[in-house]
Amino acid sequence: MSAYLLQQLLNGLMLGSLYALVAIGFSLIYSILRLINFAHGDLLMVGAFAALAAAALGGPWWAVVAIVVASGALAGIAVERVAIRPLRGMPQVTGFIATLAVSVAIENLALILFTGQPRTFPVPELLRGQLELGPVRATRVDLVIILSTWLLLLVLLVVVRWSRFGRAMRALADNLLAARLVGVDVDRTILFAFALGSAFAAYAGLLWGARFGQVDPLMGFAPGLKAFVACVLGGVGSLAGAVLGGYLLGLAEVLFVGLLPPAYSGLRDAFVFAALILLLLFLPNGLLGRPEEERA
Amino acid sequence: MLRLAELWVRRGAGAVLHGVSLEVPRGELTALVGANGAGKTSLLLTISGILRPHRGELWWNPEGEEPVRLDRLSPKRIVELGVIHCPEGRQLFASMTVYDNLLLGAHQRRDRRAVERDVARMFTLFPILGERRRQRAGSLSGGEQTMLAIARALMARPRLLLLDEPSLGLAPQMADRIFETLLELRAQGVTLLLVEQNARAALEIADRGYVLEGGRVVRSGPAQQLRSDPMVQRAYLGIGA
Amino acid sequence: MRGAAAHLLLALALAALVALVQRALSPYAVTLLSLVLMQVALAVSLQVTNGLTGLFSLGHPAFMTVGAYVSAILTYPVRRKGFMMPDLPPVLAESEWALVPAVLVAALAAALLALVVGLSVLRLKGHYLAVATLGLIIVVRTLVNNLDGYTRGGLGLSGVPRLTDPWTVYAFVVLVWYLCWRIKHSSYGRAMMAMRENELAARSTGVDVLALQLFAFVFGAAVAGAAGALTVHLVSVVTPGAYGIPLAFTLVVMVVIGGQGSLTGAALAAVLVALASEALRPLEESLELYGLSQALVAVALLLMLRFRPQGLFGSREPGLLVGGSNLGGSSSACPSPARTTPRAVSAGTAPSTPDAPRS
Repeated sequence: MSAYLLQQLLNGLMLGSLYALVAIGFSLIYSILRLINFAHGDLLMVGAFAALAAAALGGPWWAVVAIVVASGALAGIAVERVAIRPLRGMPQVTGFIATLAVSVAIENLALILFTGQPRTFPVPELLRGQLELGPVRATRVDLVIILSTWLLLLVLLVVVRWSRFGRAMRALADNLLAARLVGVDVDRTILFAFALGSAFAAYAGLLWGARFGQVDPLMGFAPGLKAFVACVLGGVGSLAGAVLGGYLLGLAEVLFVGLLPPAYSGLRDAFVFAALILLLLFLPNGLLGRPEEERA
Repeated sequence: MLRLAELWVRRGAGAVLHGVSLEVPRGELTALVGANGAGKTSLLLTISGILRPHRGELWWNPEGEEPVRLDRLSPKRIVELGVIHCPEGRQLFASMTVYDNLLLGAHQRRDRRAVERDVARMFTLFPILGERRRQRAGSLSGGEQTMLAIARALMARPRLLLLDEPSLGLAPQMADRIFETLLELRAQGVTLLLVEQNARAALEIADRGYVLEGGRVVRSGPAQQLRSDPMVQRAYLGIGA
Repeated sequence: MRGAAAHLLLALALAALVALVQRALSPYAVTLLSLVLMQVALAVSLQVTNGLTGLFSLGHPAFMTVGAYVSAILTYPVRRKGFMMPDLPPVLAESEWALVPAVLVAALAAALLALVVGLSVLRLKGHYLAVATLGLIIVVRTLVNNLDGYTRGGLGLSGVPRLTDPWTVYAFVVLVWYLCWRIKHSSYGRAMMAMRENELAARSTGVDVLALQLFAFVFGAAVAGAAGALTVHLVSVVTPGAYGIPLAFTLVVMVVIGGQGSLTGAALAAVLVALASEALRPLEESLELYGLSQALVAVALLLMLRFRPQGLFGSREPGLLVGGSNLGGSSSACPSPARTTPRAVSAGTAPSTPDAPRS
C-alpha cells in the first residue's frame, strides 16, 4: 500500500472517530425515544465554545475536558427537559420538529452571543507537533482523537453492557411497557441518555476545534447531519452500527476527496447526502440495524 | 391486603372498568376470571400504575405497615413496594439475554449478592432457563418465555404478585408446574392475584375468585362456591346448559 | 356561492392593498410586500405538500434554488452570457427568454426534479423523508456551487433582469391560493387528508397513496420553483445558499403555526412570521443581535407545539371562505379523528394511554 493511501486511511480514521463520537449519542437517543434529535450536532458546537471559554480561563487540560463534558451534559439535559419531555406521547414528527426548533434556537443564541465570525481555536501545546509512524505522518491531535475515541467507546460499551443504567437503557429501548413494569425509572433513564450522548458530542466538539483550528456557531450543523448519515448507514438505533457507520463515512469521505481528481472535491457534501438518500432507499435498516417492526 | 374501591378506568375513548371493587386478602391466592376484553388486563395495569383510574381508590396494605394509596404512585414506586406485575406471555426484553431479563426483574434491588443467589434459584426452579442464560429472550419457545416472565417477576421478591395468563400457550404438564409454583409462593406468604382464561384451573387452586364481565364484577366469593355457581359453570367452566 | 364571493372580495382587498402600497409607500415597503406575499404562496403550497398529506418534506428551498437558477439563466441578457456562463450550450447562450415562459420552465424543472426524487424518496416515512429532503437541499446547493460554468458558483448570479413587480407576485399568490384551495376541496384533497389520518384505512378504500403523495410533492415543488424564479426577478440576484435550511425551517414553522392542512392558517402565519422577522430586523441591527428573530421564531414554535399542537386553525378554514351554511359544520373541512401516526415514547406522565404491547 502506498504511503499516500495509508495517510488517507489515517485521516479517514480521524474523521471517522469524530463522526462516531457524535453518531453514537444520536443513536443512543433514538434507540430509547425513537426520536431523531436534530439538535444533536449543535451540542458539538456547544462543546467547542465551552472549550474556548475554559481555555481562556487557563487551567490544566483535564479541567478543560471536564468543563466541556459537563457543559455538554447540562445542555443535553436542558434540551430534554425544555423541549422533549413536554412533547412525549405526541406524534413522532412533532418531536422531530421540536428538535429542529431547538437546533435553530441554539444556533441563533450562539450567533447572538458569539457573532457569526469564526474564532481561532487555541490548540494547546500538548497537542501540537507531529509524529512519524513509518511512512505516515500523524499530528498529535489525530492520534489523540483516534485513541481517546476508542477509549471512550470502550467506556461506553462497559456502561451499556454491564451497568445498572446501561441495562435500564437497553430495556427501555427493547420494550417500554415491560421496562416500566420492572420499575425502570423512565424519565431518569431518558435524561441520562441525553446527558451521556450530549457529553460525547461536546467532547467531539473540543476535538473538532483542536483539529480544524476554528469554531463558529454553525459548525455543528454539518457534522450533526453526517452523524445522522453514519447512523443510517450502520442502522439507526444500533450503537455498534453508529460506530461502524461513522468510520465508514469518515473513510469514504476522505477517500472520495483523496482519490478523485481535485475538481470533484467540492462535491464532497453532495456525495455524502446523495449517498444518504440512496441508503435510505436500498438499505433502510442499515448494516447492523433490525427492521422497525421487530424492534418495536 | 389489596383493595380496589369503585375503580373507573378509561382507555382511549371508552371506559374499560366501570366501578370495580374487589379485595385480595393478604397471603391468599385470588383468581380473576372473565372472557377476552372483560377488562382483566386493564385492571392489572391499573394496579401497577400504567393506567390511571379517573375515579375510585386503590389501596395496598402490606403486613405490618401503613396502607399506601397506589393510584397516585409511579410504576417505579409501586414496584419498590413489592407489587409486581407479571405481564402476559410475550412482554419480555426480546433482544436481551435470559440473564439480563432476570437482572432487570430485580432492577429496583440493590443487594447484588442476593440477586445473584436468586438468579441461581430461578435456574433450579426452571432448569431450562439456566441452559439458555446467554440466549436472547426472543429466541425462546413460547413456554420458555412464559417461564422467563414468571422468573423475572419473582426476581423482584414480590409481596403481591399480579399474574396475567401465566398458563397461556403452555402444555398441560407445564401449566401444572406453574400452578404448583404459585401454590408454593402462597405458602411462603406471597399474596397473589391471578388472571386466567382457564377458569377451571384458576378456581381450583384459588382461595377466592371474582368474575369480570364488561368491566364490572358480576360474581365473587370463595373459589369453591364459584365453582358450583351455575352461571359460572355455564359461562366459564363449560358445564351444563 | 357565498364562499366564492368572499374569496373575490379578499382578492380585491389584496389588490387594493398592493395598489395603495405602491402609490403611497416607499420602494422598501413595496419590496417587503412582494416578499411577504411570496412567503404566503410558499407556505400555502407547502400546506398541500405537507399539511394535507402528512408528509414531512423540507425540500422547498431546493426546488426554489433550481427554479431561480433556471429562470435566471434563461432570461439573462445574451451579451453578458458568454462572460458569466461560459459553459452554456449555444442554444441557451444565444437566447434571451421572456418572463412567463422562463418561469414556466423553471416550475417544470423543479417539478421534474421532484418527480424523480419523489418516486424514490416518498417511500420513506416521517422524519426520514425530512432528513432526505434536507439532504436534497445540500446536494442542490453543492451542485450549483460547483457548476460554475453555468452558475458562477459561489459568487452567485447578479444582474438578473428585474422582470417582476408586485402585480406579478400578486397574480402568482392569487393563482397559487386558487389552485391549493381547489386541491384541498376536491376529492383528491379529501383523500389526502384521509390518508394523513389513517393511511391503512385510506388504502383499503382504494386511495392510491403513493400517487397522491407524489402529486402533492410535485405540485409543491412546481410552486416553489416558480416562486424561486419570480423572486430572482424581483431581487435580481441569486446565490447557491440563498434558499437554504433556515428558509425550510421558517416554512415548516408557518405550516405548524397555521395548523396542519389549513391554507388560511398557513397564509396568516406566513404574514405574521415574515412581518415579525422584519420588525425585529432594526432591533437586531442596532443591538447587533443577529439571529434574534430566528431564535424567537424557534421559541414560538416550541411553545406552539407544547400548548397548541394543532396550530391556529387545526386543518380548518374560516367559515366565511368555505361559504357553506351551518349544515355539516361549515368551518370543518376535515374532522380529526384519533391519529394513528406513530408515537414517540409516551411514558411517565401520559395518563391512561399505555403503549400497546410492543413486541
